[in-house]
Amino acid sequence: MSLIRAENIRFVYGEGTPFEKVALDDLSFEINEGELIGIIGHTGSGKSTLVQLLNGLLKPTSGKIYLNDKNIWENPKKIRNIRFKVGMVFQYPEYQLFEETVYKDIAFGPKNMGMTDEDIDKAVRSAAGFVGLRDDQLDNSPFDLSGGEKRRAAIAGVIAMDPDVLILDEPAAGLDPLGRDALLSQIVDYHKTRNNTVLLVSHSMEDIARIADRILVMSKGRKYMLDSTRNVFSKGRELETIGLRVPQITKIMMMLRDRGMNVDPTALTVERGFNEIVNYLS
Amino acid sequence: MVSDITLGQYLPGSSFIHRMDARAKILLLITYIVFIFLCSNAISLLLVALFTLFIVLFTRISFMKYLKSMRVILFVVLLTGIINLFYGSGEPLVEWWIFKVTAAGIYNAVYVIVRIALLMMISAALTFTTSPSDLTDAMERLMKPLAIIHLPVHEIAMMMTIALRFIPVLLEETDKIMNAQKARGADLDSGNLINRVRALLPVLIPLFISSFRRAGDLAMAMECRCYNGGNNRTRMKVLHFSSVDLIAAIVSLLVFSSVIVSNIMFKNPFV
Repeated sequence: MSLIRAENIRFVYGEGTPFEKVALDDLSFEINEGELIGIIGHTGSGKSTLVQLLNGLLKPTSGKIYLNDKNIWENPKKIRNIRFKVGMVFQYPEYQLFEETVYKDIAFGPKNMGMTDEDIDKAVRSAAGFVGLRDDQLDNSPFDLSGGEKRRAAIAGVIAMDPDVLILDEPAAGLDPLGRDALLSQIVDYHKTRNNTVLLVSHSMEDIARIADRILVMSKGRKYMLDSTRNVFSKGRELETIGLRVPQITKIMMMLRDRGMNVDPTALTVERGFNEIVNYLS
Repeated sequence: MVSDITLGQYLPGSSFIHRMDARAKILLLITYIVFIFLCSNAISLLLVALFTLFIVLFTRISFMKYLKSMRVILFVVLLTGIINLFYGSGEPLVEWWIFKVTAAGIYNAVYVIVRIALLMMISAALTFTTSPSDLTDAMERLMKPLAIIHLPVHEIAMMMTIALRFIPVLLEETDKIMNAQKARGADLDSGNLINRVRALLPVLIPLFISSFRRAGDLAMAMECRCYNGGNNRTRMKVLHFSSVDLIAAIVSLLVFSSVIVSNIMFKNPFV
């Protein structure tokens, strides 16, 4: 059974004004429970709008979104419950921190859900653990943390609500390469431990190739394809026509293949590509 | 969305009014405001009203935009009108408890409403047709004489430019932060007044912090480029008085002098 199902959703910004702009059109897809989905697309392809629709921050102009086979807008007054089930981490989430201590900030979401103090404590500590914040940092002011730590604290604030679906919009943007790798590994760990569904929006094909099970490719407000990571990146030329590219290593493997080396052209990670070349040479 | 607010909104164009020098526009606006309060009878007020409509037409901006800009102060206008309605002297036309409506009251109420509406419209015509940078630039030039009494004219103008420039940025930022907190279950739209104010803290605190951060960054960037305002600074865009301004000035002077003439010829029946 699919966890999230979108049926012909269409979203128009500023409907009825001269600035009317169709952001999404006729978009349908299904996402299964426990999947890690990558969402890619050129700037302005509707990725950010899509993820905001999924947790009910925006309401589709037409079409329906189902979570566990229930239309999320069935009862607009209860939309907050959907937001607790579909956790959303925005781009640069560190700018939303506001509490006196990191602990209180992470506890903001769980508190809004009406958890007991005991549950909140558990949720905060486990969320902080997932993103790699130390216990002694929880009593600091969030504004004394470093940039990367702030980002982690903000992500923990969403994880602490223990959502069924976690959406991350460019979580690694602006981090140094090491911080980037660490954060992505933590997301994968979290996904594996809690066995919940994760949607990751990213511009980095390398990141997506490394961790996603399936990829939703968006182009001009429409679904371009939704397929396994391997299948998506084996269509490198098609991706290039909509302004996307394949991971660098995949590109190299494709070029080697074109020149007559018998290697797998869909190797998605450097390790994999390295092994392929070593195999071929030996 | 927060960004629906029309506040000092500039609508680029190439109409007669757009082409006027910003300094001329400001000076004429000030004179206009003085004259709107000098109008002592219906005929002169009508004259100024027609003049205003004439200007509004000349900006070639849809009338709806002007109406929208007035929506914000509609409440203030109506309230002033109503208060004036009950404060007229003379024979009451209608009387109820402590309220009495007189002919002078009605006259004053209509008068005050028309005046405020005209003021709003003409100010909107200025901000619609003048880019914020031209506007502050012009203000700086016009205030230059005040530098003699050690008023930091250039710095004030710079602050105004920066403030105007950052309004849309801050609106967008507010929108983002509100969405982020809503995603964490913040309830911004319900509850009583105290709860609502409290619910705004998670939005206001990050907003203040990012404003300070932006201010710091901007100041640093200006320092790095050795910015120092004021003396002997030349401009990329130099303001020019042109024939357009001369025509506008002559037309305005004609209208204003006819206001004076009509003030002398026709007396206000209620004063």
